[in-house]
Amino acid sequence: MSGYLRDVALLTRKDVLLELRARDAVPALLLFVVSALVVFHFALPADAAELAAKGMLWVAILFTALLGLGRAFQAERQQSMLDGLLLAPCDRSAIWLAKTLATIVFLGVAELVALPAFALFFSALDWETVAGIALANLGICAVGTLVAAMALASRARELLLPLLFLPLAIPIVVGGVGASVADDGGRYLGFLALYDAVFAIISWASFEYVVTE
Amino acid sequence: MWSRNNAVPALAAAAGLLVCASIALIFFWIPEDADQGISQKIFYFHVPIALTAYACFGWGALKAFLHLWRRPPGADLESYVAIHQGVIFGALTLITGSIWARASWGVWWAWSSEQLVLFLVLFLFYSAYFMLRFSVEPGPARANLCAVYALFGVVLIPISFLAIRLANDFIHPTVFTSQGPQMAGSMFFTFCVAWAAILTLAAALYHIELAGKRLDVSLRELRERLA
Repeated sequence: MSGYLRDVALLTRKDVLLELRARDAVPALLLFVVSALVVFHFALPADAAELAAKGMLWVAILFTALLGLGRAFQAERQQSMLDGLLLAPCDRSAIWLAKTLATIVFLGVAELVALPAFALFFSALDWETVAGIALANLGICAVGTLVAAMALASRARELLLPLLFLPLAIPIVVGGVGASVADDGGRYLGFLALYDAVFAIISWASFEYVVTE
Repeated sequence: MWSRNNAVPALAAAAGLLVCASIALIFFWIPEDADQGISQKIFYFHVPIALTAYACFGWGALKAFLHLWRRPPGADLESYVAIHQGVIFGALTLITGSIWARASWGVWWAWSSEQLVLFLVLFLFYSAYFMLRFSVEPGPARANLCAVYALFGVVLIPISFLAIRLANDFIHPTVFTSQGPQMAGSMFFTFCVAWAAILTLAAALYHIELAGKRLDVSLRELRERLA
């Protein structure tokens, strides 16, 4: 098992290093999420409720994640690096886990900027929202990485990813918005944790079938 | 002579008989609902169609699981055909549900109706399944991708149901509770006949479509051998 964890750590490190050197994804995500918040300010009527803005925050996060996920396998696509990874003597699910962790890191960095920006532009955030976002990141990245690998195999790559991902993300939005706006946010946080557990397990178990024949 | 070739016509005939019987029961035997009048009768179509759609999605996921586990030849095609039938019955659920909502609540669409919202989510999900399937080259890789996505679908059903219930108050009339169905005996009998009719119909359509698709595959193989 320690060998498995070492593989995961190495593969995650590879993705983070690539990002640190090339700076492909994170600056784009940052810019996108802040632009989205500004657009939402103008999309909401001036006297719109605070609750509506919180819903918009979740839309911004979901679409930012989608943008990041679309690029998740960018490096692997070029020079058929994915085949190289698959030939490496490690469990295939380690590739999924490492990619998921790297995507969580990138999305988390974007949110580190987006959440203060949201607090500045719209309204203060409570701990339930922040906890909801942390839990949602797990679910979004776990499912999203698997779906991105699926979309990679198709002709209509960028087009397909949102179509495959959004129906799966609806429960995350329900849980996240519920945690932000409902009085008993704990119930919704519990639901998000359930979603994360269920979908992380089936993504972990099925990744091998997505990348092999 | 009884052979495999006769099984599908027999199934189709049984489906036709059951559908006729259920229509006769629904419109001529059971009394009208005191509250909703004749519009309540759509319940005997809407709910069996919805349950049949679930059965199709479940069957498709089962075949997908079998494909990933044991890889029997044809499981991929069977999974696809089952999901195709599921989407057809899912679309019918949306249509009948919408008509029922219009008749009893005066609106064509009600976000408060959990069953309808769930079917909309599932409809979007399984439509994406077709997008995935038709944008990947046929072969073992596509079979795997589709099987994994079909498995996600069967997990998404309860999770989405829970999510929609969390997002909503419960407005849809609860006919089935933990104490069993809350219906008179005649209504329950009619409901069961209607459900059996729609299930048989789905099974017949499934086998007919499967036969057609298998024919397509063997025709393509023959053409490739000739070319």
